[in-house]
Amino acid sequence: MSTPLIDIRNISVGFTGKSGETLPVLRNIDLRVGEGESIGIVGESGSGKSTLALAAMGYLKRGLRLLNGAVAFQGQDMFAQSRRELEHIRGGELALIPQNSGQSLTPTLRIGAQLIEALRLHSDVPDAKHIAKAVELLGQVRLPDPDAIMTRFPHELSGGQQQRVAIAMALAGEPHALLLDEPTTGLDVTTQAHILELLRDIARARGMAMVYVSHDLGAIARVCDHVVVMYAGEVVLQGTTRQVLTAPVHPYARGLLASIPKLSDPRLPVALDGTPPAPGGAGAGCAFVDRCALAQDRCRSARPELTPQPGGEAVRCFFPEQADQISLAGAGAEPAKVAAADEPALRLEDLSISYSQPGVFDKILRRETARVMTVDGIEITVEKGETLGLVGESGSGKSTILKAVAGLLPPAGGQISVSGGAPLAREVEYRSADHLRKVQLIFQNPDDSLNPRHTIAEILEQPLKLYFGLSGDALYQRSAEILERVRLGAHYLDRLPSQLSGGEKQRVAIARAFAAEPELVLCDEVTSALDVSVQAAVLDLLNELKATQGTTYVFVSHDLAVVRALSDRVAVLYQGRLCEIGPSASVYSTPSHPYTEVLLDAVLEPDPDTAPTLSADDVVELSPPACGCPFQRRCPRKIGAICDTDTPPWQQGEDGHAIRCHHAVADLSRLQGVQTKEQVS
Amino acid sequence: MNVTTAPQQNTRLNRILTVLRDVVSRPSGAIGLSLVVFHVVLALVSPLIVPYDYKAMNSAMMLTGPETAHWLGTDHLGRDVFTRVLLGGREALLVTGIATPIAVSWGGFAGIFFGLIGGRVDEVLMRVVDAFLSLPWILKMLVLIVTFGTGIEVLIPTLAFFYGIPVIRIARAATHDVVARDFVAASRARGHGRMTIIRRELLPNVLDTLMVEGAMRWSWMLLAFSSLSFLGFGVSPPTPDWGLMIADARGFMSFAPWGVLGPVIALSSLIIGINLTADALAKALGIDRAQKAPV
Repeated sequence: MSTPLIDIRNISVGFTGKSGETLPVLRNIDLRVGEGESIGIVGESGSGKSTLALAAMGYLKRGLRLLNGAVAFQGQDMFAQSRRELEHIRGGELALIPQNSGQSLTPTLRIGAQLIEALRLHSDVPDAKHIAKAVELLGQVRLPDPDAIMTRFPHELSGGQQQRVAIAMALAGEPHALLLDEPTTGLDVTTQAHILELLRDIARARGMAMVYVSHDLGAIARVCDHVVVMYAGEVVLQGTTRQVLTAPVHPYARGLLASIPKLSDPRLPVALDGTPPAPGGAGAGCAFVDRCALAQDRCRSARPELTPQPGGEAVRCFFPEQADQISLAGAGAEPAKVAAADEPALRLEDLSISYSQPGVFDKILRRETARVMTVDGIEITVEKGETLGLVGESGSGKSTILKAVAGLLPPAGGQISVSGGAPLAREVEYRSADHLRKVQLIFQNPDDSLNPRHTIAEILEQPLKLYFGLSGDALYQRSAEILERVRLGAHYLDRLPSQLSGGEKQRVAIARAFAAEPELVLCDEVTSALDVSVQAAVLDLLNELKATQGTTYVFVSHDLAVVRALSDRVAVLYQGRLCEIGPSASVYSTPSHPYTEVLLDAVLEPDPDTAPTLSADDVVELSPPACGCPFQRRCPRKIGAICDTDTPPWQQGEDGHAIRCHHAVADLSRLQGVQTKEQVS
Repeated sequence: MNVTTAPQQNTRLNRILTVLRDVVSRPSGAIGLSLVVFHVVLALVSPLIVPYDYKAMNSAMMLTGPETAHWLGTDHLGRDVFTRVLLGGREALLVTGIATPIAVSWGGFAGIFFGLIGGRVDEVLMRVVDAFLSLPWILKMLVLIVTFGTGIEVLIPTLAFFYGIPVIRIARAATHDVVARDFVAASRARGHGRMTIIRRELLPNVLDTLMVEGAMRWSWMLLAFSSLSFLGFGVSPPTPDWGLMIADARGFMSFAPWGVLGPVIALSSLIIGINLTADALAKALGIDRAQKAPV
């Protein structure tokens, strides 16, 4: 190999702690990226992966400083460059694609103006050709109708489109290397798969090197040749993608892989317990020792070095040969089955929800206007103790349905009833105390759903006081008991949410919901703000609570594998309309609705040998079509005019499995028989 | 699992102490707070330590310059200026000290309430607030004072009312940031009433902003009170008051500047002190926009 493009030699980065000591965030990291190479950096949040990627640009976040080592890009020391030289390199030869492009594009400038600025600063294209070049770049990132996109503002584009624009801007300077910081996190599965394919193709075609930072091993498997696994600011495992993802020799990498829910495995993923040490918190031994199942005395007293292995990978572990004692899959808990068919816990009858309000003039004139229904015609019954998974892309109305059930958003029509039969009032303000207690909601992001000014005790006492009138010792006892139930101790009661880790915060949010002794718990993307290892632990906790309390869940997620791990039945939504509903085993196998098929095909597995099938484009539709099948515009199995004009009928399968499509179930099985992943595994 | 540390103290008192320590550790906070404390303490003890009777006139020595017996000279009635400067802040601090908390409380509550209900009612009420703010404050206040008289019992409610209106805007804006967050939705979904949501969920998160705003309003109110006195609508003579003293001494400024200088320095040092404290408080609470770390 010639001189590497990016050469990171023995760098350490740290910050000064409150008591004046230096706390390292990165510790002695070596990384070389050659021309055209693609390297993935994985790890939990706080492992230093983003800091490392940004250090490759010679950039450190405020407060951080370089302790030792050097970073060279094309032989130039990035930390010794002048501001002007850095401006030239960054965005030109070395481009960054950030996680949330919607926030990195200037909201007041048209896409065209922003692209032309990038061209003016970082390319030798003459001024007169800037517009043509910008259109060409937008075409290269496969945006439909580039000329129209040029005149749009960033907010007029969907998340996936914004990410494509960011890629186009990065390409403007003909970079030799791309740094990607979680570029697909927060995007829908189909969009994510499309963006990754695009990146792969562009990198190949231009011979660009990529440094791809992600916590998603599925995405890494798709685009990277080499993988670096980071833990507590250190590289713990380094090797080819195949080595790291199929037979990792470090216990942490194995734990991480086992904690990923897989589509093919109906069991729960195995949680990797514990949290990584805080910066400077690692003792004399291996940083991973507290969470390692194979830890021995030597691991506690001495720090292992990164040692090359016979296979070519490098690992920071004393006993890499023992790593295979940790199973990569299959040791997870069975999902609890407590469904009882005696009484439905939730019944949605012809539920429709609309965000549009009738205008003032229509009100005055008492005009009936056709409101656009965001959610329409939802008929679902959930048995007591059953878990219903709701899946769909963003904008499919899954969270909207939860809000309507919780009473936060009054439905436009239809009825919601819980056990006992009486329908729930449309708005939460009019519901009876019993109804309020029975239905509890857990939110996506605990940072947002826990009041930062309340201690855990104050958070838990709210439902306890409101529903049970507890006070004094009884209140304390009960709070402590509930915390124990979510595997947190009573000593957490005095803390503030900011003093807890992400997983602990979500446990508190779960504890708060269960404090009400609810019958129905609505989970709105409860694991998507968490690391995979923490996600597995939270899923495990939800499963355990379901087994002991017999709770009914409605579980909303955009991650199909997560839904599979917990759900008895799954409903697939597109544009607020039901496409398919049935037992999870039936929904996740053929025959399925063409939309379910598209979703399942786009799922990324942490396996370098599987590739997603992209059977439909990832265009985002803003509103459902006026008539016919809601999926008509993107459907890969469209029959013809009938799909545009007639609402498809429910095609009944076995076990209450139903598909809403003009194709008969038998036709769908025949069409999909060849190419589903489910049959491989 | 990590070994859990000893339970941390998260009492309200603890947080107040932490913030206070932070305020004092900043130069602006240390200077500002000592100025404020100095003035407040002085206002409390000044009747005991003043060298002369503030009413005692002496026709033999009018408008004399600073000397050892009269550090700041005497005024046009031969009264000791130093004595009157020491006493001159009492009335102002008493009136504004009562009116500021009232203004912040009612303005803060109204702002949080408007922010929570939102929608058209909020929109209409805020336009009313805007209309109020567009009138010059002195005009509005003079109308009330002329109608009801100039005593403390009129000044306090008047100042509290008019200085509460801008607080509405601030509190409403701060509430808007909080109201969209999930913990408010969670509280609604649990079935808590509006008052509980305001008290338990919104107020603790808006309080920081209100504290800083309160400090700023206090300094504005002091200025307003002194202006009213200056115009003859505040404290009635012979009670010593900075604004009144400036008004009285104004005519002799060319040959007896100490009569103006004394009260001016006293008033501005108090107002600067309050402003510096408010600045440091905003930084300590992390709501200072200029200093916000770019994360």
